[in-house]
Amino acid sequence: MFDRFLEWRMNYVLVLAIIVFVIPLLMENPFYFDLATQILIIAATVVGLNLLVGYAGQISLGHAGFYGMGAYFSAVATSAYNWPPLLALIVAAAVVGLVAWVVGRPILKLKGHYLSMATLAVGFIIAIIINNESQLTGGPDGMVVPPFSLFGWELSTFGLYSLLGLEIPGHVAWYLVAGVLLLVAVIIAQNLIDSPLGRALRSIHGSEIAARTVGVDTARYKSMVFVISAVYASIMGSVFAHFTGFITPAIAGFDYSIVLITMVVLGGMASPMGVILGAVVLKLLPQFLAGFQEYETAIFGFILMATMIFMPKGFYPTAMNAIRNKLGKSSGGKA
Amino acid sequence: MFSEFLQYLFTGITIGATYALVALGFTIIYNASHVINFAQGEFLMIGGMGTVAFMGLGIPMFFAIILAVLLACLVGIALQRLAIAPAKNADVVTLIIITIGASIFIRGIAQVVWGKDYHVVPPFSGDEPIRLGGAVLNSQSLWVLGIGAVLVIALILFFTRTLIGRAILGTSMNKLAAQLVGVKTQMVLMLAFGLSALLGSVAGVTVAPITFTAYDIGILLALKGFVAAAMGGLGSGLGAVVGGILLGVVEAMTAGYISSEYKDAVAFSMILLVLFFMPRGLFGGRTVERV
Repeated sequence: MFDRFLEWRMNYVLVLAIIVFVIPLLMENPFYFDLATQILIIAATVVGLNLLVGYAGQISLGHAGFYGMGAYFSAVATSAYNWPPLLALIVAAAVVGLVAWVVGRPILKLKGHYLSMATLAVGFIIAIIINNESQLTGGPDGMVVPPFSLFGWELSTFGLYSLLGLEIPGHVAWYLVAGVLLLVAVIIAQNLIDSPLGRALRSIHGSEIAARTVGVDTARYKSMVFVISAVYASIMGSVFAHFTGFITPAIAGFDYSIVLITMVVLGGMASPMGVILGAVVLKLLPQFLAGFQEYETAIFGFILMATMIFMPKGFYPTAMNAIRNKLGKSSGGKA
Repeated sequence: MFSEFLQYLFTGITIGATYALVALGFTIIYNASHVINFAQGEFLMIGGMGTVAFMGLGIPMFFAIILAVLLACLVGIALQRLAIAPAKNADVVTLIIITIGASIFIRGIAQVVWGKDYHVVPPFSGDEPIRLGGAVLNSQSLWVLGIGAVLVIALILFFTRTLIGRAILGTSMNKLAAQLVGVKTQMVLMLAFGLSALLGSVAGVTVAPITFTAYDIGILLALKGFVAAAMGGLGSGLGAVVGGILLGVVEAMTAGYISSEYKDAVAFSMILLVLFFMPRGLFGGRTVERV
C-alpha cells in the first residue's frame, strides 16, 4: 500500500495539498495570509517557468514581462473598460500566448547566452511599454485593480464569506483560492511532463541535435512550451493583480524576471516541489533579513551566491539525496 | 540641423565607447571561461565610487583612480577564485545566478560602505567645452574616447604579442590542449577576470564625470554591455567595440529624434532584430555543434 503510494507519480501533489491546507489552521495574522497567498501565486508561476527552464533546458530572463502583461491586461480591461475579470484573464492569457508564440519562434532558435539576451530584451521591451503608456497603466506610479468577481460574486481580501457553515474572512478565502490554483497548476504541469510533449522536451534538454535526428520537431515543441509557460505567467499575473488590488511596473521588470528564474534554480530545476520550495525560500528570505537593515542586500546576494556554489542542483534535490542516503544506510544499504 | 545631428553623434559615441569597454570585459571573461559575468557593471561602479571615496580621504585624483582600479581588479580576481572556480561544473543558468548573486552582494557592500548618494567625479582636465561644427563636445568625452582607444590597442598588442596574452587565447580555444602545453589555466582565468575588472573600472571612472556615479549604476551598464557584446557576437573583440559604439549612437539618436523614454526599448529591439537574422551577432564565428 505504502509502496504503491511511493511509486505513484502524483504522490507529491497529495503531500503538497496537505501542506497547503494545513497551514491556514496554524496562522491567524492577516499579514501572514497575505504573504502566503503571494507565495502560492508566485509558486504557480514558477511551476510554469520550470517547464521551459527545468525540462526543456531553455533560459528565459524575461518571464516577468509575460507576468506583468497578464496583470496589466486584466487591470486595464476590468478598470477602464469594465470587462468581467474572468473574461479579461482569459483574453489576457490568449494575447500573451500569441505574443509568446510570435516572438518565440525566432528567439528559440538561439542558444545559450544569445537566448538569455533575447528573452531579456523581450521582457525589457514589455516593461518599458508598461512604464511609458501611463495614460492606460498609470506609469511608474502603478494602478488600482478592481477585486476579482464572478457572476456578481466578489472575492475581496476585505470580504466575509461562508463555506459549509464556516465563516471565512476574505484573506483566508483568497489563500484557499490561490492554494487550489497552485495545485491545479502542478497537476497540469505533471500531466504535460508525462505526455509525449514532456518526453520531447527532455530529449531536447539532453541533446537538441540528437532529438532532431530521431525526428523530434524541436522548434515546434520549444515554442509550445514557451507559450505554455508564458500563459502560466499571464494567468497568475492576472490573479496577482486582482489579489493585491494595486500593481506597479516592477512586476514586469528585469529584477522580477531574475527573481522568477532564481526560484526555479534555487529550489531545484525539473522538480515541481523544488521550484515551489524555491519560491517559498526566496519570498520569505527578505522577511528574515529585514532585521539586518542596511546589510540586507549584501546578505541576500551572499546567500544566493553561496547556495548556488555549494548546491548547484538546488535545495530540494540536495536535501532529497541526503535523506535517501540516510534511509539507504539505516536499512542496510538498500536504496 | 546638422549641428544637432553632430551633437547626438558625439553623445552617442562617448557613451558607446563606455559600452564597448564593458562589452570587451564580457568578451575577455566569456572567451576564457564561457561565463557571462553579470557582475561586470559592478567593476564600473567600483571604479567611479572608489575614486570618489579615495579622493574623500585626501588622496590626489590620479592616485585615487589607480587605487580604485586596483581595488576593482582585486574584486575581479576574488570573484573568479571564490565564486566561479568552485562552481566549475554548474549549468549555464546556475552560473548566471551566481554572478547575479555576486553583483547583488558587491552592490550591497558598496551601499553599506559608500552610502546611497549620487556622486560627481571632477572632469580630468577642466570643464571647458570644445565647439566643433556647431556642436558642443565635452572635454571629458575626449578622455573617454582617448582612453578607450588606448585600451583597445593595448589589448590587441597584449593578445597578439605577449606570451600571457597568447596563453589566454589558447585557453579560450581549447582548455585541455592549453594545459598540455604547460599553460596554467587557473592562472589564466584569474588573469582574465582581473583584466576584465581593469577595463570595467577604467571605463567607470572616465565616464563618471559625465554620468555621475552611485552604488547602483552597475546593473544597467552591465546589461547594456551584454547587449553590445551579443550584438557584435560573443567572444569577438571587434564585435564588442562595434556593438558598443553602435548601441551608444542608436540610443543617442533615438533619444534625440524619437523619444528619450523609448531609447532603451529601441536598443533592445535592435538586438532582437540582429539576433533574428544573425543568430551569432554581427561578427560571431560559425560553430559546429557536436552531439
